[in-house]
Amino acid sequence: MDIKREDLLQLYYYLKLTRRFEDRISSLYHQGKILGGAWTSNGTEAVSVGYGYALERNDIAAPYFRDMGVFLIRGITAKRIMAQYFGKKTGVTGGKEGNVHIGDINFGVIGFPSHLADNYPVGTGAALAFKMRGEKRVAVACTGDGGTSRGDFHEAMNFAAVRKLPIVFICNNNQYAYSTPLRLQMTIKNVAERALAYDMPSKTVDGNNVVEIYKAAKEAYEVARNGGGPTFIECKTMRMHGHSEHDSAKYVPRELLEEWKKKDPILNMEKYLLENTIARKEDMEGIELRVKKEIEEAEAFAEESPYPEPDDGLKGLYATPIEEV
Amino acid sequence: MKEITYLEAIREALDEEMARDPSVFILGEDVGVYGGAFRVTEGFYEKYGEWRVLDTPLSESGFTGAAIGAALVGMRPVAEMQFADFISCAFDQLVNVAAKNHYRWGAATPIVVRAPYGGNIHGGAFHSQCIEGFFFNVPGLKIVAPATAYDAKGLLKSAIRDNDPVIYCEHKYLYRRIKDQIPEEDYIVPIGKARIAIEGSDVSIITYGAMVHTATEAAKVLKGSGVSCEIIDLRTILPLDKKSIMNSVKKTNKVVILHEQTKTGGVGAEVSALISENCFDYLDGPIIRIAAPDTPVPYSAQMEEVFIPQPKEVINAVEKLMRY
Repeated sequence: MDIKREDLLQLYYYLKLTRRFEDRISSLYHQGKILGGAWTSNGTEAVSVGYGYALERNDIAAPYFRDMGVFLIRGITAKRIMAQYFGKKTGVTGGKEGNVHIGDINFGVIGFPSHLADNYPVGTGAALAFKMRGEKRVAVACTGDGGTSRGDFHEAMNFAAVRKLPIVFICNNNQYAYSTPLRLQMTIKNVAERALAYDMPSKTVDGNNVVEIYKAAKEAYEVARNGGGPTFIECKTMRMHGHSEHDSAKYVPRELLEEWKKKDPILNMEKYLLENTIARKEDMEGIELRVKKEIEEAEAFAEESPYPEPDDGLKGLYATPIEEV
Repeated sequence: MKEITYLEAIREALDEEMARDPSVFILGEDVGVYGGAFRVTEGFYEKYGEWRVLDTPLSESGFTGAAIGAALVGMRPVAEMQFADFISCAFDQLVNVAAKNHYRWGAATPIVVRAPYGGNIHGGAFHSQCIEGFFFNVPGLKIVAPATAYDAKGLLKSAIRDNDPVIYCEHKYLYRRIKDQIPEEDYIVPIGKARIAIEGSDVSIITYGAMVHTATEAAKVLKGSGVSCEIIDLRTILPLDKKSIMNSVKKTNKVVILHEQTKTGGVGAEVSALISENCFDYLDGPIIRIAAPDTPVPYSAQMEEVFIPQPKEVINAVEKLMRY
């Protein structure tokens, strides 16, 4: 599969934007400017950027919480997301939700519930609707390695396989579910082996190689779009921060982090772009500047935005409200 | 007008809504080829095909989540729990996903979950439960529980057309025991509105579901001894029709709350608190709750009869109140 130069540069841009945006979130969290918690995808950005960028405009994403790349690629702007972290009225959810609990159906993004793998059945339902209506659309759902232990993961995989639904399941296998390492999560070597039980095609890819993830996702989407049913893609990567930004992750051996640091997805991509003479150093510096500006503007927007009215929290429970007399 | 059973009313509502709106579809266990454990969807598979009457794997959480996802992209799924008891497996999807979607991120989730519930059928602990209480404390859900064939049809149509997740509690005991005259033409019964099943002046019996008929039996006996009971059939459990409850209490000044659900933390506790908070000055006596005892539903007929509230208990409660 040939990838156009402009797409490769966009992949690089979104990797950078995701990394820098979340770096800034982390700083703001440590400065006490962000309430609650802050979760990042540091070290695993290639996953959300790769599978997110491979989607078509009308497709649907049912992401999880280390999927910042997907939110940005789908068109939910850094401004709206930053305002979400600040709990502002202009945030994606108007202050009703915080941080990565993002969803906007207008951009084809289903909201993320904290209960991991909940979005596997939900994404499956979107795919079911596409199939029933004969639409050439696909859904993609993502969870982490830990989420694959839950029943909802298996119920969705099974249902999608039985009905050959147009969905691709992604697993961001970042080695740790909070503090629990893979060896205490499952006995299998590759998460992708879980798909065997459902006779579902699967693939294990380098989760730090955005091009590889993009290609695998794109291929799987095309299979699904053309009636070939679901695929499971395991992206093997490493969570380089704690579970959330308060967590120093002392339970992760330092040597493991050192080893994965060399395989950083952004360094990987820079090497790829240079070696294949797709981009020069100056091009990449230009992207860095563009990203920096975008984040500064997002932060300024969030700072300047108004807070919601306290009573706004009492509104919006129902889509069809019942008259209270 | 025509006479149909409670079960036929549910079937007609589903059939008419599916014929009217191509986005309405049914999913659940054994709903297709077999026509549903209670035969509610009999003939639908032949009429609407396997993709609109979808037999799912045995996975309540999976197919409820799938219903939610389909709803988010424009469908109006009706998910069937084979027995309401199995809804516990879908608790997370209903409570954390469906109920919170609109509040959290503004997305409407128009799903209906049909829940065949209730006892008196010798089903034991896992085929007899009242499940409305499990979800009563979950903002964002709507819960309806019709007592008549007329309401069964009208409320199901409203639920399907509603843009929020609705748990539709259909009482199994009533399926083939209750018949009503219903109009030939399309009608709905609005969600959120109770009805006065029997108008009266001495005491209000606030109830819903199969217990409306238990209350009616009691009211007939009491009428013979000169006591005029008003029966309020809640029809919608969440959100409660507070106005109808309070209007009745203000009129009769005496209240019996009756439900088949177990007593502690049940719907009746909330209704009682609502009356205490808003109608204290109107009360002439204590609020009396009649509910199932706080145990699982027993199997043996002798024990189940003790579990399910009986007309005699209602009569005793009303007679006690009449002394105030």
